[in-house]
Amino acid sequence: MFKGDFIQNLPKIYGTYTGGFIVFIILMALAEQAGVSAKNIGVMFVAFTVLIYALIGYLSRTIQVDAYYVAGRQVPTVFNGMATAADWMSGASFVALAGGVYFGGYTYMAFLVGWTGGYVLVATLMAPYLRKFGCYTVPDFIGTRYGGNAVRAASVFVLFIASFTYVTAQINATGTIASRALGIPFEAGVWVGLISILICSMLGGMRAVTWTQVAQYIVLIIAYLIPVFWISSNVGGGIFPHLMLGDEVARLGELEKQFGLVKNSAADMKAAGVPGGLKYISGTHSGVPEGGMAVWKYLSLAICMMVGTASLPHILMRYFTTPTVRAARKSVAWSLFFIFLLYSSAPMLATLSKLALMDPNLPTGIIGKSISEVQSIEWVQRWSEVKQVFIADFNGDGILQLNEWFMRGDVVVLATPEVAGLPFVISGLVFAGGMAAAMSTADGLVLAISNALSHDIYYKIINPKAETAKRLLVARTLLVIIGAAGAYIASFRLTSILGSVAWAFDFAMSGLFFPLVLGVWWKRATREGAIAGILAGIISGTVYLTWVFPKFSVPIWGGVNAPFLGIDHLRFGLIGAPICLVVMVVVSLMTKEPSPATQKLVDDTRIPTGKAILGKQH
Amino acid sequence: MSNKDAYWNKTKNHMIVTLVLWAFFSLVIFMFGSELNTMSFLGYPLAYYMTAQGSLLAFVIILFWTANKQEKIDEEHGFSEREDD
Repeated sequence: MFKGDFIQNLPKIYGTYTGGFIVFIILMALAEQAGVSAKNIGVMFVAFTVLIYALIGYLSRTIQVDAYYVAGRQVPTVFNGMATAADWMSGASFVALAGGVYFGGYTYMAFLVGWTGGYVLVATLMAPYLRKFGCYTVPDFIGTRYGGNAVRAASVFVLFIASFTYVTAQINATGTIASRALGIPFEAGVWVGLISILICSMLGGMRAVTWTQVAQYIVLIIAYLIPVFWISSNVGGGIFPHLMLGDEVARLGELEKQFGLVKNSAADMKAAGVPGGLKYISGTHSGVPEGGMAVWKYLSLAICMMVGTASLPHILMRYFTTPTVRAARKSVAWSLFFIFLLYSSAPMLATLSKLALMDPNLPTGIIGKSISEVQSIEWVQRWSEVKQVFIADFNGDGILQLNEWFMRGDVVVLATPEVAGLPFVISGLVFAGGMAAAMSTADGLVLAISNALSHDIYYKIINPKAETAKRLLVARTLLVIIGAAGAYIASFRLTSILGSVAWAFDFAMSGLFFPLVLGVWWKRATREGAIAGILAGIISGTVYLTWVFPKFSVPIWGGVNAPFLGIDHLRFGLIGAPICLVVMVVVSLMTKEPSPATQKLVDDTRIPTGKAILGKQH
Repeated sequence: MSNKDAYWNKTKNHMIVTLVLWAFFSLVIFMFGSELNTMSFLGYPLAYYMTAQGSLLAFVIILFWTANKQEKIDEEHGFSEREDD
């Protein structure tokens, strides 16, 4: 069917795949017309897409070390961009981002800037140099640049904490979506999610994850954009919402004034029995909060997310797979382009969804209507049953006020198609997209952890003489163990999806950002400096987190502590990273400067041409 | 100064320029959120537009620009990779 090798045929292969997926959507739409139930359509969407990923995972199986760790370093620029975008956009981005904007407005959108701006740091400070280095994992760079097992082990430790925090949240999201789409309990959904994740990654490592991530990106972007454009034209927002929602944003401002933004007291909400995790609108959509502290809150969150982005190993390792240094740089740009397509749509979806519910002139509006009327709406009933929406008539007037309508953030993405009157086939598509987003990130994370453990701890430290077959066996066994451990912890639901996602960024920036940057940009950085910096950063950051996060501070420190300078549990990297930098610089200057061999190694890292520092197979 | 040092100096300067642009679109403009929001762009309040879309787009453009510029620096100093590397 195809002439030439696999890589040359990629555009054709994924073109055919995209066409096939669109045909599948049309078939599902016809099935809906023919009377197939909404539930079965949801099941078919998730089952069909997961089977495709599993097939790709199986076809990409490998017994070669460099294919397993870095996909043989032959992933073309644009495809690596798509894979990175899928790797990056988690279940939280897909399901919760629009909901975050919906409730948090301008202030929340610091996350949007943070989660995109970080790529500028990745491209200028990190990716091309790590690619030139030729490492298999992020600790592989740190371990070789600074030399020695201690610094290698310390960086694996940070990688483990950051990625594992992240992966439990992703498996949690996979479980949530699987349970809703397939109609099974959450605990069962978690294990279904885990098995799907492992099928994609176990046989082929990075190679399999790369090609499934490209497939998952295509599904998730179609699933995100079709509803946004469709809803926009349905509710009169215009066919291209990104450029045409100015009036709608202004209208939301008027409606906020008309209904009034009321804050509910915690006691009232408790008395009314509002389920946990549900929120109500209490801030403005587009207004900027006044005051220096509000500005600092915005900036500090953006800084943490940007610096964290540039330190997350599962993202950095994607740029090890390109054929050249130049391709690694371009690939970062393509990654951000593909991410931009979704991120710039989330605020538009939030605007449309908010307007659909708030505007009394629209048939979908519910605020200001009688509560009994709202409770008889079909989607309200369905989402109330699963405690995703809730109505509390605080003033007892029988009319729904803005502060009396509670909703889980995820509902914005999952239910808006229904609210705006789109056919169920679109909701099924959204389930498939959410599943793709959560799976692709979980895949990348589980692989990042198990690769660091198998390559850096097992092969480089414990058993450097291990043969290829044994190394890959260890890598695959660890993959299963890490995945299972993540799923086990996810079933406890430690914190909300976004809480723990932000923590992963803070952990990574506390312990990895400066050791990576200075490893390339400062020749004087020494092994002792790196070890001291990594440990000081991660320990101080973690201690601060326990001090500032009430669930930890009460048992450990005996009380609730006010955040220092507004640095709360989402921003604790602002404590860890500066301490890491200072300690690393001071200790480096106190110790003997690196050997000429190490300095030459840094020189070679900085030049795109010439041999990689680490060989093709190492 | 050797060719390698000259190359690295140019690369460093280019890195600084890129990071200045980055800091402008990610941090500086949001220090003036309230002031910017009194202006409008495409009908959106400006600070809202920048955080929802404008800065994100700026980052994409910066990244393509910076990669192309760095390739030119590579070429000038003879450090361009061959396709078959």
